[in-house]
Amino acid sequence: MKELLRRYGHTLTWIFVALTAFWLLVLVILPQLYLLEESFRLYLPLADIGGPKDVYTLANYRSAFEQPTEWKFWLPFAWKPIILPFEAPIRMQVFVHTLLYSTVTTVITLILCYPVAFYLAKVANPRNVPLLFVGLLVPMWVSEILRAFAWFIILAFKGPLNMALVNMGIIESPIRWITGFNSVTFGLIYVYLLFMLLPIYNAIQSLDTNQMEAAKDLGASSWRTHWRVIIPHSKPGIASGCVMVFMLAAGSILVPTLLASTQSRWFTEIIQQAMFESQDWNTGSAYAFMLLVTCTVFVIGMMRVFRVKLSDIAR
Amino acid sequence: MSAGVDLQNVSCDFGSFRAVDKANVSIKPGEFFSFLGPSGCGKTTILRMVSGFIDPSEGQIKIGGQDMNGIRPNKRPTALIFQNLALFPLMPVWENISFGLEVRGASREARRAKAEELLKLVDLHDSADKAISQLSGGQKQRVAIARALAVEPSVMLLDEPLSALDLKLRQHMRAELRAIQKRTKVTFIYITHDQGEALAMSDRVAVMSQGKVQQISTPQDIYNAPVNGFVASFVGENNIFKGKVKSIDGGKCSFETDAGTFTATLGPSVDANTIARIYVRPEYSRLQAAPAEGGNSIPVTVTDISFEGNFIHVHAADKTGRHVTVETRNDGSVTLPAIGSAQYLCFDAASARVLADQGMKDPGIDE
Repeated sequence: MKELLRRYGHTLTWIFVALTAFWLLVLVILPQLYLLEESFRLYLPLADIGGPKDVYTLANYRSAFEQPTEWKFWLPFAWKPIILPFEAPIRMQVFVHTLLYSTVTTVITLILCYPVAFYLAKVANPRNVPLLFVGLLVPMWVSEILRAFAWFIILAFKGPLNMALVNMGIIESPIRWITGFNSVTFGLIYVYLLFMLLPIYNAIQSLDTNQMEAAKDLGASSWRTHWRVIIPHSKPGIASGCVMVFMLAAGSILVPTLLASTQSRWFTEIIQQAMFESQDWNTGSAYAFMLLVTCTVFVIGMMRVFRVKLSDIAR
Repeated sequence: MSAGVDLQNVSCDFGSFRAVDKANVSIKPGEFFSFLGPSGCGKTTILRMVSGFIDPSEGQIKIGGQDMNGIRPNKRPTALIFQNLALFPLMPVWENISFGLEVRGASREARRAKAEELLKLVDLHDSADKAISQLSGGQKQRVAIARALAVEPSVMLLDEPLSALDLKLRQHMRAELRAIQKRTKVTFIYITHDQGEALAMSDRVAVMSQGKVQQISTPQDIYNAPVNGFVASFVGENNIFKGKVKSIDGGKCSFETDAGTFTATLGPSVDANTIARIYVRPEYSRLQAAPAEGGNSIPVTVTDISFEGNFIHVHAADKTGRHVTVETRNDGSVTLPAIGSAQYLCFDAASARVLADQGMKDPGIDE
């Protein structure tokens, strides 16, 4: 604060602090608190609001655990669901699928991005790197909805991908790509790729190339150099990329809406349904908080497992 | 254990720039060998070619008689100590040291034992579990040496590893490095731009300039008998006079300059009538009130005296303004001339060498 005052003087400092406070309080904290409060109240006709029926309750949260039905479980990369031998609440099924496929998305994105980030940071001729980055960024100038929709067209049953594959004789009849979670996962990876790539690129780039050479010189293979030197160094970047992609994927609504089928629903779709189709903000908020809290706990748990500190990510 | 290194006609091109030009160097097993030269002379390129990070454009590199062509750095019997050491900051000291053994699949106990043993060798007890960031500059240096020694290399390559240390520590580490080399009997190839380091530590020195090896010899010969103007002026100070060889008489010649005609020792590749320079070391020059009889004398005026502690440098200028320096020991044996007094700069023919301008980037250095 003193530093800010010294640097920018009173007026500017006030403007900075006031704007930040406004953003945090009015745009982030207050709406969340409002929804949190709403989530503990029942969805009542206008006349009953404030009346004796308007009490704090966990009913909205409980509703997520109701309506047990047969569970059609989608294994990653499967084209058909397997039917589990027990029933589970319908919303919980969606919830578990959402967490599972957000994780799958994160892992695949990481596997795809690490080599690319390494190539950009340490292998590519530095003169070509800006051009390569432009190539990576240009698709991101198009809105997320258009990019997801583009894949909806490409992957359609009578779409160009199937047409090309059939005509080239690679497959005999068109494949229904948009079934299960494959197309959603694919769409999420495509849309959030850069959120993984950039932090990893930054982390690897900050590694002293001499350390890689030192490892090589001491006899290490490329694999071991990555495992013992490059990955430990870039762990904060990998962690922040994974957290971002996971959170974005779990909270994504556009991609699942466009690329999921009726059998593969995303938890955000259930929230959206409650809020906008049923106009039941109370239940919607409850589900939204369930997703938020679970994802946060999941991320913190993963960070524990991989021994990443929050301060590493913020670095 | 240790192996010799042979560079046979080794060249290295970066695009159109020739970083190393036909280097022929034969380094004996167990030798402390230095490459000395200014930055950009190609010495680091040579080191990187020996370690395998760069392939030579031409020529052959042999280590222990075996051709290294196509052998990657991780398969070569060399260990490199980087200029910035390149220790792994996320591993404790002992894991750093034993990294090379871990790669070779040694057990944890064996690695730990080897690390402890090497820490003793480099005089760093009780530091095995410390983090790299807890160490001082000199300690990091020792860890880097231990890490390189752990893989029991036949050849150690050192890329100016002392340049980041302060003067006291640098001098201490010089002696230390030399002692470790003697103890382990590993061939050391040392890269430096610091002539003091090269002369003090090495068995032999290769002086390089503009990608070419100018002279390979013992430190004594490099300093006392440089083969050309570059070596003479890069290693040590000189009083230099430009001129022409008039006549040759055995190893001596008569050399004509604008300051007079002198008798001097004829260096290699200088013929009669070639333009060359006379190089006289300041410690072989003296100032006298009267000209030396039948010797080389130049009238000069004393301009400044700088006191260095063990040495005293007397600076003077001749009638053309040419700057000359005389170095005397501060042992009370010489009475210093007064500033502004007229003196004669004298030197013996044996200590004055006539050398060609070869190897110099800009032959127009001060005369």
